[in-house]
Amino acid sequence: MPPHLKHALPKAFWIAGLALVFLLLYAPILSAVLFSFSADRFPSLDMSGFSAKWYAQVLTDRAMLEALWNSLTVAGITALIATTLGFAAAYADYRFRFFGQKAVLALALLPPTVPLVILGLAMLAFFSRIGIAGTLAAVVAAHVVIAAPFAMAVCRLRLAQLDKTLETAAQNLGALPHSALARIVLPHTLPAILAAFLITFAVSFDEYVISWFTGGLNQTIPVAVLTTLQGQVDPTIHVIGTLSFSVTLTLVLIALAVVLSQSGGAMSKEETS
Amino acid sequence: MTSPAFPARTSGRRFHFFFNRAWQALWVLPLPAWLLLFFAVPLGLLVAISFWSVVNYRLTPDATLSAWRYVLGLDFLWASFWRSYGLSMASAVAISLLAFPASYAMAFVAAPRQRLVLLGLAIAPFFTSYLVRIYSWQVFLTEGGVISSIVQALGGKGESLLNTYFALFLGHATLALPVVLILQTIALANVDRTGISAAANLGARPGAILFRVILPAARPGLTLGLLFAFLLSYAEFVSASYLGGGTFQTLPILVTDLVRAGQQWPRAAVVSLLMIASLLVTAFVTVLWAYREKG
Repeated sequence: MPPHLKHALPKAFWIAGLALVFLLLYAPILSAVLFSFSADRFPSLDMSGFSAKWYAQVLTDRAMLEALWNSLTVAGITALIATTLGFAAAYADYRFRFFGQKAVLALALLPPTVPLVILGLAMLAFFSRIGIAGTLAAVVAAHVVIAAPFAMAVCRLRLAQLDKTLETAAQNLGALPHSALARIVLPHTLPAILAAFLITFAVSFDEYVISWFTGGLNQTIPVAVLTTLQGQVDPTIHVIGTLSFSVTLTLVLIALAVVLSQSGGAMSKEETS
Repeated sequence: MTSPAFPARTSGRRFHFFFNRAWQALWVLPLPAWLLLFFAVPLGLLVAISFWSVVNYRLTPDATLSAWRYVLGLDFLWASFWRSYGLSMASAVAISLLAFPASYAMAFVAAPRQRLVLLGLAIAPFFTSYLVRIYSWQVFLTEGGVISSIVQALGGKGESLLNTYFALFLGHATLALPVVLILQTIALANVDRTGISAAANLGARPGAILFRVILPAARPGLTLGLLFAFLLSYAEFVSASYLGGGTFQTLPILVTDLVRAGQQWPRAAVVSLLMIASLLVTAFVTVLWAYREKG
């Protein structure tokens, strides 16, 4: 913080603003966790007691377990493909100068700006024409489109911290492109690749609009939740929510810890200046 | 020109050239190829479908403007359009204002390391089940729910807050806050510290430093935050359905209804393209404004 910066309003005002935002972000998550253990069918503050019965109900529901299996499969394969493609694109942008480079970058950053409802619609139309609508392969193909930009961004940020001359120097000393890549670039980028994998997994695991459009009868967990939401009050949603929060929050927090531990050095410069 | 004196070397060089080109293509091509096939082609198909017709409930390739004429002539479409646009813009402004004190706290009050941890905690919910979080808000907003119980305990009426703009805004904020926070915080943290110190040394008051040094310098990032809040709110349809209770007929709801209930693909395609066009125009104008030179 600059030594001369006096805040326009007292420090407490800004911290209160921060607390309010965190309350908004975490209140629905905490509420889902709390009511997942409620003995009552209807969530209200005067809870009659705690119970794990809704967990038992979810964990013995065959349709739900099938949806969980679908989600894990789709997210796993999506994360693998999206991370591979994202790393390749990030490395290409870092290492080479090629025709249409800016166009490729723009194309890669476009998917997150197109509304998912519209993407879902367009993909359903396309997948029905090529005969794969309603399959998990279609869901994976679509999820890679929305997840790969995240992977590319994470890997590209990490590559930006790598001295470009190292790889060229290795090649000048006789290393073939692939061995320079394997010995210098990959070890340096590994934390980002891991983070990209976890983040793309989380993106795919929680996506519901496109899965709903393109998955047909193959429901993933979020689609099952969406279908349940259209019905009546159902306490099992809190259970599914708590379980999926634990999965995605854990993945994202590990990813963040990996990224933070790597960028710690860069940030501490500011502390000492 | 090949030199006959060194045939082996030339072919070696040529091999190197092709090897390097192939190596480069191996890295450059996969992502664009995937995106062309599964992103650009489907969107192109959507454009084509907007000119097709529906004969006996079957989508038939055609070159007609009938879906365009029909949709653009609908009064309720334009009502939906302006409602969607206005509500999302209002949400975007409100979310940006709500996020600002928090972003300021992360950028200027927290130490750099704390800032990273806080940012991480702020982004994490973005990747967790949005549907479940929306469902949770119902518990807070409904009659007899958490908020109304608290209001009643304080002596108020405690009516249901569902189906109000406040509920819709809460849904939009749940989705967009993390993105806005990260963009605003990065923008504020990157404001040149020497400029702030210089202004302070020259005797500028804290308020003047905020409004005349910090805010103008952070304008591009703050505006991008606003734009992303708008993009996300405009495209979102779950909170309009489950928190807004169908009171707010927005464009994304219209699109899904047209396809799922009526098989009206060409009309849904026209509404989708209208949405994309309005998004692009808004993004273009906003980015232009964000990076506009002063004076």
